[in-house]
Amino acid sequence: MTIKTIALSLAASAGFGLAGVASAADLHTQAISATCMSCHGPGGKSLGAIPSINGLDKDYFVKQMKDFKSGARQGTIMKRHAYGYTDAEFEAMGAYFATLK
Amino acid sequence: MTLNRRDFLKVSGAGAAVALTGCATQSASTAAKGNPHVVIVGAGFGGATCAKYLKQWGPNIDVTLIEPNDKFVSCPISNWVLGGIKTMDDITHGYDNLPKRGIKMVKDYVVGVDTAQRMVKLKGGSSIAYDRLVLAPGIEVLTDTVKGFKDAEAAGKVVHAWKAGEQTALLRKQLEAMPDGGVFVMSVPTAPYRCPPGPYERACMVANYFKKAKPKSKIILLDGNPDIASKKGLFMNAWNTYYPGMIEYRPNNAPFAVDGTKMIVSTEFDDVKGDVLNVVPRQRAGEVCAMAGARNDSNGVWCTVNLATFESTTVPNVHVIGDSVLSNLPKSGHMATNHAKVCAAAIVELLAGRQPDPIPVVANTCYSATSDTTSGYVANVFRFEAGKGYVSAPEGGATAKGDELNFAYNESWAQNIWAEVLG
Repeated sequence: MTIKTIALSLAASAGFGLAGVASAADLHTQAISATCMSCHGPGGKSLGAIPSINGLDKDYFVKQMKDFKSGARQGTIMKRHAYGYTDAEFEAMGAYFATLK
Repeated sequence: MTLNRRDFLKVSGAGAAVALTGCATQSASTAAKGNPHVVIVGAGFGGATCAKYLKQWGPNIDVTLIEPNDKFVSCPISNWVLGGIKTMDDITHGYDNLPKRGIKMVKDYVVGVDTAQRMVKLKGGSSIAYDRLVLAPGIEVLTDTVKGFKDAEAAGKVVHAWKAGEQTALLRKQLEAMPDGGVFVMSVPTAPYRCPPGPYERACMVANYFKKAKPKSKIILLDGNPDIASKKGLFMNAWNTYYPGMIEYRPNNAPFAVDGTKMIVSTEFDDVKGDVLNVVPRQRAGEVCAMAGARNDSNGVWCTVNLATFESTTVPNVHVIGDSVLSNLPKSGHMATNHAKVCAAAIVELLAGRQPDPIPVVANTCYSATSDTTSGYVANVFRFEAGKGYVSAPEGGATAKGDELNFAYNESWAQNIWAEVLG
């Protein structure tokens, strides 16, 4: 377990962000998912050439992010972004984007 | 006599102690009027995004957004207007959707901030009380640092066009009026400045226009920096491939004076004559940051903040986001939206008396066009680590060559981020 994941689980166990938020996703997950939306559009819904990521199947989302990171899936910019997040965050973001219609 | 917030804290006798836990704000505001109140100054990429996410993540928070302009004019893509491939209409957007989200828009200028009373004073005469204040003014251009610039600017002869708007439209007109065989002189401020790749993209966009409309023309780029400050490979490739012989690049050439009558830019090496002059002076954090005592770095130029919450390191309950912040993060519109999201999440937690996320993440994605069909990008994710600040994740970086797919993504990025900020 890395220091980052320890910090993450400490934050989660402290109940960080769980109360007072409409969605089931914790605020760390919502905030890191919001970093995606500056390119992919509000709620992950793109208006143009950049693919939409709202409503994707969670497992599909997680596999794409892992494949971008490993290089198994070639893209333009996504490898650089995929390296910025942990596998646990891929899972959390995938679960969150699956709920966005 | 009503009990103001300072008196309230005095009476409670524990102002400093409870402020550390974040409970002071909540109790003070609850005593005063129920919902906590966040006031945001500036409805650009940072401020408008922060307002939106505060309402999304903290529906019980009252949000007031103060902005003097009627419309949002985007700096990203404004270089494309100079190149003639987009119009002012394309980069100009309304604020109509923000009130629908429950955000109170106030069209006014801030003329003072009383951080002890937590009050913002407006030019129109009224004052607004806040529990937390978010300053997102963008940059102030230091027009005094280049002798003669202010007169030339007032006369409409020389503009910086480093804030998109009327100056963008005027610079485009000057380029259109320039005869074939003319010289366009542009200066690049010494770093840090808003949008590191912006000057070099501008050179590409103007070169793309000249190549088609007035191919005998030249561009002289006077750079105050020792080298191309961002995406060097991408821009060198474009200049050599698409515009050979058109762009003359002079590093270490900061202008100290401009003459809008003789049309000369002076550096310590040369007097450079041009037909269109575009001088971009150095910049600092917006004036409202100084009013709040938050323009607090050693030179009094930028704002130092706790980067996990974007709260000023010297002024409690005042947050600063976007280009005004001093950090290792690039000063881009995209980054401002990421500051805004981290700041909004932190404020929601602080107002609820909870601990803000100890490990926030911000990402930067910055596309630059190299012609009217090609773009490249730089992208980085930064993770906050206690004691270190934002640490760049591996594999961040820039493309070495522009292409058509990235041009399509560049256009799509603009549409999506405008929708994200204003939709």
